[in-house]
Amino acid sequence: MSSESMPIAGAGNLPGAARRVWLETLHEWLITVDHKKLGLMYIGYALFFLVVGGIEATIIRIQLAVPHAHFVSPEVFNRMFTMHGTTMIFFVAMPVLFGFANYLVPLMIGARDMAFPRLNAFSFWMTAFGGLLLYFSFLGGDGLYGAGSAPDVGWWAYAPLTSKAFSRGHSTDYWTVSLLASGFGTIGTAVNLVATILSMRCRGMTLGKMPLLAWLNLVMSGMLLFTITPLTAAQIMLMVDRYLDGHFFDTHAGGSAAIWMHFFWIFGHPEVYVLIIPCFAFVSEIVPVFSRKPIFGYPVMVAATVAIGGVSMSVWAHHMYTIGMTSYENAFFVLTTLAVGVPTGIKIFNWLGTMWGGKIRYAPPMMFCLGFLFQFLIAGLTGIMLGSAPFDWQLGNSYFVVAHFHYVIVGGILFALFAAFYYWYPKMTGRMLNDTLGKWHFWVFLIGFHLTFDFMHIPGLLGMPRRIYTYEPGRGWAIWNMIATIGVAFQIAGILIFVFNLVHSYFRGRVAGDDPWDAWTLEWATSSPPAACNFAVLPEVRSRRPLWDLKHPEDPDWKYE
Amino acid sequence: MTIPQTLPSSPWTLPSRGRVGMFCFIAAEASIFTIFVVAYLFYLGKSVSGPTPREVLELPIFSSVCLLSSSLTIHLAVEFLRKGKSGAFRAAWGLTLLLGAIFLAATGLEWRRLIVEKGLTISTNLFGTTYYSLVGLHASHVTGGLIGLAVVMVLALAGKVRPEHSGPVDVLSLYWHFVDAVWVVVFTVVYVIGR
Repeated sequence: MSSESMPIAGAGNLPGAARRVWLETLHEWLITVDHKKLGLMYIGYALFFLVVGGIEATIIRIQLAVPHAHFVSPEVFNRMFTMHGTTMIFFVAMPVLFGFANYLVPLMIGARDMAFPRLNAFSFWMTAFGGLLLYFSFLGGDGLYGAGSAPDVGWWAYAPLTSKAFSRGHSTDYWTVSLLASGFGTIGTAVNLVATILSMRCRGMTLGKMPLLAWLNLVMSGMLLFTITPLTAAQIMLMVDRYLDGHFFDTHAGGSAAIWMHFFWIFGHPEVYVLIIPCFAFVSEIVPVFSRKPIFGYPVMVAATVAIGGVSMSVWAHHMYTIGMTSYENAFFVLTTLAVGVPTGIKIFNWLGTMWGGKIRYAPPMMFCLGFLFQFLIAGLTGIMLGSAPFDWQLGNSYFVVAHFHYVIVGGILFALFAAFYYWYPKMTGRMLNDTLGKWHFWVFLIGFHLTFDFMHIPGLLGMPRRIYTYEPGRGWAIWNMIATIGVAFQIAGILIFVFNLVHSYFRGRVAGDDPWDAWTLEWATSSPPAACNFAVLPEVRSRRPLWDLKHPEDPDWKYE
Repeated sequence: MTIPQTLPSSPWTLPSRGRVGMFCFIAAEASIFTIFVVAYLFYLGKSVSGPTPREVLELPIFSSVCLLSSSLTIHLAVEFLRKGKSGAFRAAWGLTLLLGAIFLAATGLEWRRLIVEKGLTISTNLFGTTYYSLVGLHASHVTGGLIGLAVVMVLALAGKVRPEHSGPVDVLSLYWHFVDAVWVVVFTVVYVIGR
């Protein structure tokens, strides 16, 4: 009794108290509607699935390292590439970008929270539930048939492979339902971001004075409303086919397998831009701060983003040249695909223009941005190559395609994300990430990335199809596959350095202060990490760089904008 | 560091977040419907077995008139609420609910006739699959709307809906208008073009 009443003396009550604190913290995070906490939860959730998806990629690469390998069975191999693709797109890339958008958008537009905080929590939990459901298929997917456990139909799940005759058991249903669930979460997030950006801006922040990050997330969210929903519709149709014996994609009853491809890629191609536009946003915030110059061509950046958003909605069938479309359709999709490269090129020139004559600081955020810039350029160039129908007839469905889109997603999106981690980690935790470890992370991961994905183009050119389980020796593919697999080891080492840095710096990192980078946007005007209310007094802005105005009252931006 | 606030003299108005949110939601819903409409049009006449739309479909004139009139009544209801006429608001809102319910019941009867008398189910042929999916998607949206309308109705009968709530009620009415507008498209596609 006495030990319970005395808070410090009794050693026996300490675990109980610690447990209560732990439970209270857990409870607080579970019921939170705060945009910052939800943002961090999105990011943590995505990092967990990044590791899971990375393990699946490693299994794929080990299996392909040498000819005639039997590291895993063909069935497991199919599950691995399906789960890898689905996980990385829906449960890594989208959540981590939503996490950053959630965390940063209200801060950067001077708001206290998102427009609909409870919808925000709902969206996060739907996404989280979707991911858990997908992975529950490893336990529950085989149903009563003794069929395969996890989905193995590929991340685009072409018909008629998804029909009941070819996909027995429930694994394909887990895939469908998990994407449907997380899709509802995504629609909620998109609605929320648009409403936040249009209706929650602080005084004086007209659309022309918004940070580019807010603008680009506005375009991204607007695109999501029109791109994730075709996937939702197609998934509903697939469920009608599988559960109610419908005939949407049943070729025996006059249904069409090609229309699934259309519906999937009407979602699937704009999705790539949904992922890359927030990364453009990170680069557009980081490059000016580390070049000590305002962004070059702000209105053109906004216009180019809107143009990308519009044009990218009409390029989807460049994924389908090989199914035999008419020459008019081919010509149309070649032209739109090449056209979408123009606004993207404009952006690259604007970032170069921002750096031109600037005083560049080579800190990790800037290094990752530079890596992004070069790699994304190459990814764009191979994209132009594959966007031409005749070239694609040769290389469609080959490892060249795999190398191309991993160049976009790893070389572009992941590098920009790392830049964002190094740049905003001080704001989120109050401590700096370690600089030396950051540079090690950059170089080791850069080497690994180029070993894997530069050399992956070559077996594609030599005719190696994607998704094959193994291959014959003597085709000239083996050496390149071996190099690609060796690159994975470097990438894993880079990720381990990064994760160690995240954890180590949280406890031991240098205290950051409110504004460690001498930056110009509103999130750096509040404390690190920000209080629950974000701003004690809601700010008012007069230019695109409110903190510059504050720091340089003799030469404020609003005199010139 | 805090950003100093200058005089709050200049007017600063932003669009209502409820309306913006609902318009975004409607945009998302519209593209779901677009995909189903495209599938319906694409599969017109592609069924390998009967029955065909011409053989079994009848124009649902009465229920369509009911649904479209409910757009008018809900508009009037919101106006009444804004002006503080709570009795008129409850009457117009209840009428909207009734008209929506009539539409839903009519759809149910039509489906019953198709299934029982004509032998058309969702698995009969491509027409059945696309027809029940598209009309069913719309009917499920009507159902969702009716649930929302009913919640407001219950609150209104309890005297909890006052003129200051006209904003959220107006946002809900936007959704109902959308459901009605979609019916115009579905009606045209299924009963005019498709028959």
